[in-house]
Amino acid sequence: MAVRALGWLAALALVAGLATAFGYAPREAVQGNVQRIMYLHVPAVLTAYLAFGLVFLGSVGYLLTRRPGWDRLALAAAEPGVIFTGITIASGSIWGKPTWGTWWTWDARLTSTAVLFLVYVGYLLLRGMLDEPDRRARAAAVVGILGTANIPIVHFSVKWWRALHQPATILGPEPSPIAAPIAFTLLVNWLAFTLLLLYLVAKRTEIARLEDLHAG
Amino acid sequence: MSAYLRRAWIVVWKDVLSERRSKESLNALVFFSILLLFVFQFALGPERARVETALPGLLWLGFILAGLLAFGRTFLVERENDCWEGLVLSPGDKSAIYLGKLAGNVLLMAVVEAVLLLLFTVFFGLDFTGVLPALCLVLALGTLGLAAVGTLFGAITAQLRARELLFPVLLLPAVVPILLGSVSATQSVILGQPLAEAAAWLKLLAAADLVYLVVGVLTFEFVLEG
Repeated sequence: MAVRALGWLAALALVAGLATAFGYAPREAVQGNVQRIMYLHVPAVLTAYLAFGLVFLGSVGYLLTRRPGWDRLALAAAEPGVIFTGITIASGSIWGKPTWGTWWTWDARLTSTAVLFLVYVGYLLLRGMLDEPDRRARAAAVVGILGTANIPIVHFSVKWWRALHQPATILGPEPSPIAAPIAFTLLVNWLAFTLLLLYLVAKRTEIARLEDLHAG
Repeated sequence: MSAYLRRAWIVVWKDVLSERRSKESLNALVFFSILLLFVFQFALGPERARVETALPGLLWLGFILAGLLAFGRTFLVERENDCWEGLVLSPGDKSAIYLGKLAGNVLLMAVVEAVLLLLFTVFFGLDFTGVLPALCLVLALGTLGLAAVGTLFGAITAQLRARELLFPVLLLPAVVPILLGSVSATQSVILGQPLAEAAAWLKLLAAADLVYLVVGVLTFEFVLEG
């Protein structure tokens, strides 16, 4: 029941997010309507990081307690995490084409997000190849923990790699102080995405529990 | 502590001994390195300047490809004759086994790397003698990081049917920082720049090595359960 309420709340928030993104937020002066992709892009990446944080939590929790619930949490968070990272990359690409003139550039943030995507796709592939629940949970937990511990290292290495090769030429102007309506719209959408993630995680955890019941 | 180190040493010694008698991995890896050299040559063409520009990347491409083969096999030998159960039943902290296997992998990679460097010297007319100490430091830090993740993931994938496929898919994205750091530091060292130029990368490599080692030591016992 609580999960269903959370779902409706997430749906409502997403509608509000769409409404503010298209109805309330002003048309950006330089980029025009293309800038509205930001209301999808930024909440998606923040939500993805939250999801990977949950994977870490679930992984550590499982190794410490061996309760299957922790493993279900890790699985339930990893799947939407990968999807939200995919949305981040795709929406960034669609934004980049008209703004930078290219779908993809080996910019630091693009590259580290793509690496993150690959790490957790590997995580899900590994899960798919193991049948025995405890073995799967242990193997996945180790990969999940290393993957999360790796996030800051990947971030800095890729940043320096770009910085040492050439100074930032593409990202252009420094982010200016955000106008209040834009910040508010971002906040609404971020909240909506977070609620959506929590709903997906709750639902997926429940499905995983039923799957385990059925299998065991 | 000494018992812990002795247990790690026993694993190293056992693997070195069985490798010395069977020569299963090393011969094939050295031969593989020679083949890689041909592939690089065919890919880049006869111009020497091109090889020199791409050298740091080529070196690490060679190391990571050899590493993918070597690390993936780390625990395969333990699957026969119930050796795996023996490891699980062995007394004491299981991370000693991880460190032993890791040391064995670093040793193996050191030989492969020495051979590859020698081959590059001979076939591409390059000279590493002036920068050898600095280069060795970069190689040591990079190899330790690769092997730390490789040994851990090798143990995870050893029991899988599709391990040849999954092992690189798991390992490559995880070691992106090591590859970036090693290639950049190698570039700087080969150009003859003072080591301070690469200091930021060396620190990053050291930090990454430390994180991977800590994660490996802490989680290995859960992997070993099979």
